[in-house]
Amino acid sequence: MKPAPSIVFFTVASGAGYGLLFWLGVLKPLGLLPANTLFGATAAIIALALIAAGLCSSLLHLGRPERAWRALSQWRSSWLSREGVAAVLTFLPAIIFLIALAHGETSLMLPAGLLSAVGAAVTVYCTGMIYASLKPVKEWHHPMVAPGYLLFASFSGAALLAMLSGFWGGGFFPALVAAALGMAALFFKRAYWASMDATPAASTRESATGLGFIGTVRPLESPHTESNYLLREMAFRVARVHAAKLRSIALLLGFALPALFFCLAIILGGGLAIALGVLAAASALAGLLVERWLIFAEATHTVALYYPTPR
Amino acid sequence: MTSLPNPTPGAKKLGLVIDLDTCVGCHACATNCKEWNTSGHMAPLPDQHPYSAAQEGVWFNRVHAYEAGDGDEGRTVHFPRSCLHCETPACVTVCPTGASYKRAEDGIVLVNTDMCIGCQLCAWACPYGARELDEDQGVMKKCTLCVDRIYNETIPEERRVPACVSTCPANARHFGDLGDPNSDVSKLVAERGGYELMPEMGYQPVNRYLPPRKASSQVKSAPKEAGPLPSQINNPLLRWMDKVLSR
Repeated sequence: MKPAPSIVFFTVASGAGYGLLFWLGVLKPLGLLPANTLFGATAAIIALALIAAGLCSSLLHLGRPERAWRALSQWRSSWLSREGVAAVLTFLPAIIFLIALAHGETSLMLPAGLLSAVGAAVTVYCTGMIYASLKPVKEWHHPMVAPGYLLFASFSGAALLAMLSGFWGGGFFPALVAAALGMAALFFKRAYWASMDATPAASTRESATGLGFIGTVRPLESPHTESNYLLREMAFRVARVHAAKLRSIALLLGFALPALFFCLAIILGGGLAIALGVLAAASALAGLLVERWLIFAEATHTVALYYPTPR
Repeated sequence: MTSLPNPTPGAKKLGLVIDLDTCVGCHACATNCKEWNTSGHMAPLPDQHPYSAAQEGVWFNRVHAYEAGDGDEGRTVHFPRSCLHCETPACVTVCPTGASYKRAEDGIVLVNTDMCIGCQLCAWACPYGARELDEDQGVMKKCTLCVDRIYNETIPEERRVPACVSTCPANARHFGDLGDPNSDVSKLVAERGGYELMPEMGYQPVNRYLPPRKASSQVKSAPKEAGPLPSQINNPLLRWMDKVLSR
């Protein structure tokens, strides 16, 4: 599948924004974060800005962005529509939560924070299900795909929260959460790749053409001499040769280094911890961009079975 | 609405039956499809760079060719690929806007291009590559089963079939109601062992493909060498021998 930059940026940015909103909504009312109102408001604004930037970026992927509002109508059947509805609804408690944080309204913080956290989790789950529900793409139609979106969003959100908390001198607990989630994400992603590599595709050229009863099926002539939409969109293969290296980069930058940096920040503390927090968050987001790019670049679509394998 | 109509027993399921035994791969179906549909229900079917290198465009029907099997059993098979008008089409249920829909009355899967936002999720959801993006309009397009022909009372009745069916010179394409077990197409499918593509995907395509027939045993043995005609043998003795031995 073609890794459209607008979608890669959208899922990483909004994922981090929702993750940040989730942890802020859960940990702030529990008193596990700096009590400063400026910290709370800044974190909430960054979360909402990331979410909004991601959603705007996703509109760039549409052929007719001005009709995007129509996507809110089919939540009964479509995960994309459910994602849209959940994203819009989450803005309501999130904005109330932001106001409560800015004014230090502790009574309002708990319900608004928890509702924001629920909305964030539901929205990211819907994003994951958009991919997990697509049977023609075996790398996406996998039980670990939707939980993966949740885990990576919560990890990157925790990393941002740990960095911000460090600025206000209260980074211990979020750094602990981020380090733990980073390690979990590392093992989760490795397990997903192992499972994906071991699972053969359900469909073959033989089942796609129904000619398997004669013998093996080989493409002889394409319907067209030039490319077409299907090949450009769904038979993207540029990245496969570098997949092993890119996987290592994603694991290292995305999960291993941030987890290490947060562990060091917890141990060392002080000004060094702030610097390590910034490094860790930047590394996590960069690694997740690689991870998300690979999610598309490594995905194969059954329509490619109809065409010759490019050399 | 992108929720599917409730299945009713005996409901009409209009679709195509494509005979891979007789298809000669002439691309007439694809060409006539493009010709009709570029001014039809889902018009236009745009082309990018039509008069230069890298020309491409939207087609509802594309004709592939495959080699299947090896040796004496090996076959070259021409293979037209188009929308199969599935009974449970994921391209419809994933649509966030309601632009994609499956008609309850005949099962045809269509796109309302006035509502489509061009998110392309339907193209991702279709295992068969039946949906293509119109990059000029930013909306998805697909086979309409020539909904603007098959019910069209302004054209003669015998022409009220999809454009691909009407033009096929090998009579390899058949159109009818696959929900009616007594229809001509259903009988043809039963008689020839018609099958669906990628049944493992579970989308229950309506269209059926008829498998290439087994090669006859005569074809398998090497052809006999043809002898000269009597008039080509000048020597009278040899001509007489040829005549006697040919009895």
